[in-house]
Amino acid sequence: MPSQNVRVHVYGWLLLMPAAILLIAFTHFPTVATLVQSLFTTGTATRPAAFVGAENYQIMLEDDVFWQVVQNNIWYAVGTIPVSIAIAILMAVWVNARLPARGLVRMAYFTPTVLPMIAVANIWLFFYTPDIGLIDQVVSLFGGGSHNWLGDPDTVLGCIIVITIWKEAGFFMIFYLAALQSLPPELEEAAHLEGASRWYYFRRVTFPLLMPTTLFVLINAVINSFKLVDQLFILTKGGPDNASSLLLYYIYEVAFSFFDEAYAATLTVVLLAVLAVISVGQFLLLDKRIHYR
Amino acid sequence: MGAVRGLETGAAWLLALLWVLPLLYAFWSAFHPAEYATRFDLLAPLTLDNFREAWSQAPFARYYLNTFLLVTSVLAAQFVLCTLAAYAFARFEFVGRELAFALVLVQLMIMPEVLIVENYTTMSKLGLVDTITGIGLPYMASAFGIFLLRQTFKTVPKELEEAARVEGCSMLQVLWKVYIPLARPTYVAYGLVSVSYHWNNFLWPLVITNSVETRPLTVGLAIFGAPESGVEWSIITAGTLLAVAPLLIAFLLFQRQFVQSFMHAGIK
Repeated sequence: MPSQNVRVHVYGWLLLMPAAILLIAFTHFPTVATLVQSLFTTGTATRPAAFVGAENYQIMLEDDVFWQVVQNNIWYAVGTIPVSIAIAILMAVWVNARLPARGLVRMAYFTPTVLPMIAVANIWLFFYTPDIGLIDQVVSLFGGGSHNWLGDPDTVLGCIIVITIWKEAGFFMIFYLAALQSLPPELEEAAHLEGASRWYYFRRVTFPLLMPTTLFVLINAVINSFKLVDQLFILTKGGPDNASSLLLYYIYEVAFSFFDEAYAATLTVVLLAVLAVISVGQFLLLDKRIHYR
Repeated sequence: MGAVRGLETGAAWLLALLWVLPLLYAFWSAFHPAEYATRFDLLAPLTLDNFREAWSQAPFARYYLNTFLLVTSVLAAQFVLCTLAAYAFARFEFVGRELAFALVLVQLMIMPEVLIVENYTTMSKLGLVDTITGIGLPYMASAFGIFLLRQTFKTVPKELEEAARVEGCSMLQVLWKVYIPLARPTYVAYGLVSVSYHWNNFLWPLVITNSVETRPLTVGLAIFGAPESGVEWSIITAGTLLAVAPLLIAFLLFQRQFVQSFMHAGIK
């Protein structure tokens, strides 16, 4: 019997082995290596990497661009998350109701999800073009002047936020749709018999019941706001003057345009710390508040 | 009540129109001569010249091939690796299972695109910079896939496994004959999500590739459509549509399947 037992352990580990090797090589090892690298200088052919302790972090705290990028990323998150969640709920409620041409409407909402961000940015780039772009054309109909939407530090981040909302809302919609479809129909009938308005019903019944979905979507949205930077490569390259640069984009620039690996690693540590905080938050929120209330 | 419903229907349609407008606009500009890119005239002549131009200005055929190779190799590897690992987690009580599973889930948070700097160093040590294997390798062991399949395998009744054992099936035969067939819907859902993800993925492929022979469509498109490339607008939209066409057509044909797959994959 003990030999049988040993076999189970061995089989278990053997089955896991191929995936485990790749996960260690490309997730766990680089995470640790990033932490280590952030404590060294960038090595060159003539000058090997030297241990400098917290010096890279010191440099980071004194780097104006870093603070600008952090600030941008917070605005990016604040700008995209609540609006895309609100639109997603609205879309889901509409598509879940008896709506003429419902299939078409749902398809329209969901389509941006299957498009690559690069293609989306290519299309939107033209909307934002001064004078001939679609937005300036519409503005000029109402007597407005031309505006360099992506060239103005005051509007550029807003432009990026709009695109991200457009891309994400339909994706989040499907999770709400799934949740709405799992609600018992008797609830709405009962509320209707009681004479509750639809808004009242939504506010007091549907919305609270959608809470687990909202948290799930919220966490995904927060992660996305730190991960989704593809559009910057086409639209702004982080400019003008870093006004639209985000943390991951800055990491890319530092590593692959300025070739400063050590500083890129230091910035990556900040990103990893943010993701760690999100995981802890997810663990606490999802496990306690939602299931055991 | 009726009026409110009507208003809501109108609003829902308006939002739908707003949501497809960018794409409709891309179609408009791609299928018309450049001078109509900003002038909307229903009688404007249709043309395929923009597509012809885009096709001749960038090696789209090669990009298609690269993306196809990338997506299929990643998917095949993910199916094999995630199936084996999920089977281990679902049915084998080995030492350190819980800890190993927790370590796998770390990848749900720290996705490979966050670790571009270190992963690039690793790839250059392995000599895999600028190869299609190099683009796909960090994604092949997918925590998401392992998690999804483990959940599905756990719902398979033990009796089925025991019956197969009685008939003399080995462990791997049980996996092949009992678990995998029963998990088919999960494979379809995961497959669609994975294909869409890797068809559209950009940052890591951009970092790790530097030649036409390896670049996937997204990276090729970014180079082709970059404002400094000076390519005419209508031709860029034509190129953009070329790049998204296969996935978009698949989505339009199998819309229900796509939506359900994303749903299925997200809820687990």
